[in-house]
Amino acid sequence: MQITLTINGETRSAEAEPRTLLVHFLRDHLDLTGTHWGCDTSNCGACVVLVDGEPVKSCTMLAAMAEGHEITTVEGLARDGELDPVQQGFFEEHGLQCGFCTPGMMLTARALLNENPDPSEEEIRVAISGQICRCTGYTNIVKAVRWAAEHEAGTATTGEEAIA
Amino acid sequence: MQVPAPFEYARASSVDEAIELLERLGPDSRLVAGGHSLLPMMKLRLATPEHLIDINPLAGELGYIGEQGGEVRIGAMTRHREVLESDLLARHFPIMRDAEHTIADPPVRNRGTIGGALCQADPSEDLSAVCAALKANVVIRGRGGERVVDMVAFHRGPYETAVGDAEMLVEVRVPVRAHGGSAYEKVERRAGDWAVAAAGAALWLDGADVADAGIALSAVNPSGVRCERAEQALIGRPPSEEAFAEAARLAAEDCEPIADQRGSAEYKRHLAQELTHRALRRAAERALAS
Repeated sequence: MQITLTINGETRSAEAEPRTLLVHFLRDHLDLTGTHWGCDTSNCGACVVLVDGEPVKSCTMLAAMAEGHEITTVEGLARDGELDPVQQGFFEEHGLQCGFCTPGMMLTARALLNENPDPSEEEIRVAISGQICRCTGYTNIVKAVRWAAEHEAGTATTGEEAIA
Repeated sequence: MQVPAPFEYARASSVDEAIELLERLGPDSRLVAGGHSLLPMMKLRLATPEHLIDINPLAGELGYIGEQGGEVRIGAMTRHREVLESDLLARHFPIMRDAEHTIADPPVRNRGTIGGALCQADPSEDLSAVCAALKANVVIRGRGGERVVDMVAFHRGPYETAVGDAEMLVEVRVPVRAHGGSAYEKVERRAGDWAVAAAGAALWLDGADVADAGIALSAVNPSGVRCERAEQALIGRPPSEEAFAEAARLAAEDCEPIADQRGSAEYKRHLAQELTHRALRRAAERALAS
């Protein structure tokens, strides 16, 4: 069947079997390989994308089910060559080691900050609780999201204050 | 790579169209709502429908939580996240939020629906026990109209419900009753996992005594979730530790856990007793505070 999706604001269309999962449609049919394919069983969260702004595990959604909805993948985070504050936060705070979970983590962080611009550590941990960082880098992921929250709110502390 | 076996895909834009499609495509067609139970089963070839009818376009028509005629009515396409976040549900039925906090994880709760969970009728599913403890009814619609059935009649389990071919679950109705309290207690191996065992309890008080009780267990019975002998043991008695212990003992006695990778039958029976006791205790605290 012909599947037409709105991805990162663009209309993209490809021929695929009805059983094609969204994660494979993105990666194999549209070459959007930023979305990672992990456990296949909706446990690990590596494949999280945003569907109408909400984090969803794209290994457990058919591409056909995404028609008519706004999909955001990690490729859609940066705008005009400028990193999203969440991406900048992961860079600044070393929010990734191997990077496999990073696209999904950043999209969940983006969705969280859109709803709650000043999340507590607990709220961040709940938000990412469906996603696994096998490097166990959760502390820095939380810091990265906080970095983004602080910089978006314009209440950033200077480097020296942060260290103090 | 795990993908489902081939199937034909159709999309329904109204309840009537979904029922029409089910009728036309026959018993090898299945509805898919959130898909977070059905798609994993299809990947494992535990389910191999020839036709999949996507009812996500009904998220508007069947996605609601509202109070009407002494009941809270929840549309079948209401997502777990909406159930979790509903203050109306939390106020009337705190058991709902207790349970939703333990169901999978946030991205899964963004997709999974209450109707899908109930129709899946997995023996370890949480909302079946929640709805049974609350003595909820469900509305099943077919071409001939609607019928309302209680959870005992609905949940035939495992993976079997009273929803027939060419029918669909459209609504869950939970009666709002005075002086009630409810709670859910679950033990899982890791956050978001299926229950090793879980217990839901609801109590309604009349003065100093229990007027009615609902107790339902998850993951310790192949089918059926209500514990009627345990419920009866509470009615007409004060909500005391002694009464709860007796009801919990009966609930554990009447369940039929099986040994699997989540634990031995003996351990699960122990959990059934302890969790029933705790759920009753919290339900009573909430009923007394209401």
